Amino acid sequence: MQRYWGLYAMLLLPVAFFIIFRYWPMINVLLAFKRNNIIDPVMTVDWASTWELGNLSLPAMGNFEMAFSHPPFRMAVRNTLMFSIFDLAAGFPAPIILALLLNELKFKRFKRVTQTISYMPHFLSWIIISGLAIRLFSPNYGTVNNILANSFGADPVQFLTSPNSWVGMVVGLGVWRSVGWNTIIYLAAITAVNPELHEAAEADGASRLQRMWHVTLPGIRPVIVILFILALGNTMGADFERFMALRNHLVSSMANVLPVYVFEWGLGNLRFSLAAAVGLFQNVINLFLLLGANVIAKKLGGQGLW
Amino acid sequence: MTTKRKKLKRATVGDWIIVAIMLAIIALCVLPVITVVASSFSDPGAIVRQRVSFLPRQEVIHEVVSASGEITTDRTFPIGLQFDAYADILGNSNFMRSLAWTVVLTLISTTVSLIMTVLCAYPLTYENLKGRKIITILILFTMFFNAGAIPTYVLYRDLGLLDNPAVLVLPGMISVFLMIIMRKFFMGIPDSLRESAEMDGASPFRVLVQIYIPLSTPVLAALGLMYAVGRWNGMSDALWFMRGAPEWHPIQMVLFNILQGVTPIDPLDPGQAAAAGHTEAVQAAAIVVAMVPILCVYPRLQKYFVQGMTLGAVKG
Repeated sequence: MQRYWGLYAMLLLPVAFFIIFRYWPMINVLLAFKRNNIIDPVMTVDWASTWELGNLSLPAMGNFEMAFSHPPFRMAVRNTLMFSIFDLAAGFPAPIILALLLNELKFKRFKRVTQTISYMPHFLSWIIISGLAIRLFSPNYGTVNNILANSFGADPVQFLTSPNSWVGMVVGLGVWRSVGWNTIIYLAAITAVNPELHEAAEADGASRLQRMWHVTLPGIRPVIVILFILALGNTMGADFERFMALRNHLVSSMANVLPVYVFEWGLGNLRFSLAAAVGLFQNVINLFLLLGANVIAKKLGGQGLW
Repeated sequence: MTTKRKKLKRATVGDWIIVAIMLAIIALCVLPVITVVASSFSDPGAIVRQRVSFLPRQEVIHEVVSASGEITTDRTFPIGLQFDAYADILGNSNFMRSLAWTVVLTLISTTVSLIMTVLCAYPLTYENLKGRKIITILILFTMFFNAGAIPTYVLYRDLGLLDNPAVLVLPGMISVFLMIIMRKFFMGIPDSLRESAEMDGASPFRVLVQIYIPLSTPVLAALGLMYAVGRWNGMSDALWFMRGAPEWHPIQMVLFNILQGVTPIDPLDPGQAAAAGHTEAVQAAAIVVAMVPILCVYPRLQKYFVQGMTLGAVKG
């Protein structure tokens, strides 16, 4: 059929794009199994077997063994998991709750304005958010500390410079940025809930909170499950820009998450093979987490991703 | 009928509690932005004396003659606007060149992305196109697995893309998520339109350009916004791949350097403190300049991106 030629011609550039920019780099994943060499073509470099460490058990796994015996790497895994768990605990339920509340809001114009404003943080880059955070929370002249000092005579609080409170700020700013935007999907799902169910519940004397809990929430459960699977699929990952923008030298131990580790040890210290191994470790674990969560969701009778 | 009855119901205590919560959320979203805008218009002296929170303030120094005849200075911090920080940042050739380049880059990148996304999404809507399924699966797979930063870096090095401005456009040409949204929208256009055009001998490309694209302007607007915002806000590609070419750094990268360039100061030294206050004001002005274009555009396209995101949420 002649008309299909036109379609294949259209696909030519997009397919070339995916081959060059998405699949071709996968050949270079071989770096993870090779000796560190930043100059020669990947293919010609020797495998990273029993070198440097001298007591390797697996051939070509030298970089992985090196990573696992590298304290900053273990720190990065720990931090990455910690932030993922905190993000999930704080950031996952927040948009669901906000969507439920927005749905109950009676004043339509006010609802629209609230939504527009709550989407705003999503459109700000992490660099800009880091600038906002410094203006708000800097110990010297940050607005929050100004107010604390001027009204209560309090000493400046080290919001961004003490490691523990920095973790809280990073998680909090993550929620701040994503909560409004993520309500879009939940609100769309809520409008699809059959209104007759609400009327029946109301006729049975269910209070508003009871209806939110027993009607709306079960109605959007499939969407919640899908988004939860997707979130789990990034447990071993972190947003590079978020941590690069928000970190400072007083909290660098906490800001060391896997993408930052890959940047610093790969590009900063030119340990390409080590960093490639760490990147592969991160992506493989994430893929398995996603697949695993999907299987479990289907086993529990829900819908999976596919 | 039911909706009408609902509207007639009076607002209850519960309704007002929800309104109060929403007002708090609005404040949380808006106040951080206001505090930066206020700083950008403030006097450095007012900033270092911790007088600036949500309103721009100036510093006025009066000489006061006390009862005993001594002359002392007294400071007040009235509300007022000052444009020194903006004069500074808008007179900074580095910043302005990057700003202009980022505008051009965003336009190029968004145009290229939209064309590529349409070219990718449209053929994949033909159900009897051979190879459609395998191509779709291979594209979707890239959403869930990628090679990682270092293998990508090494490839770009081999391709001569390092320190090459093309690296800020090419690798991000197609977002799989946005391509799926485009495809879903195309699939919602009735087949009969396409079929009757093809009966008249129109090629697929003509069907795309003359029927599908004109019907898709809302989605194209939404996707264009997403691509444009992504490019305007992006900096990790510059950090990874453009280290040796600061003249091509997009605005976020320049802003990153401006914000990182804070030198530790001694707040007790008046000279250093004044300099620090000025730095704070200039940083605030730079943040405002980088943020304003997006804040002006996104509310106008709200209807479209909400539709687009909703489309992306539906399975299929």
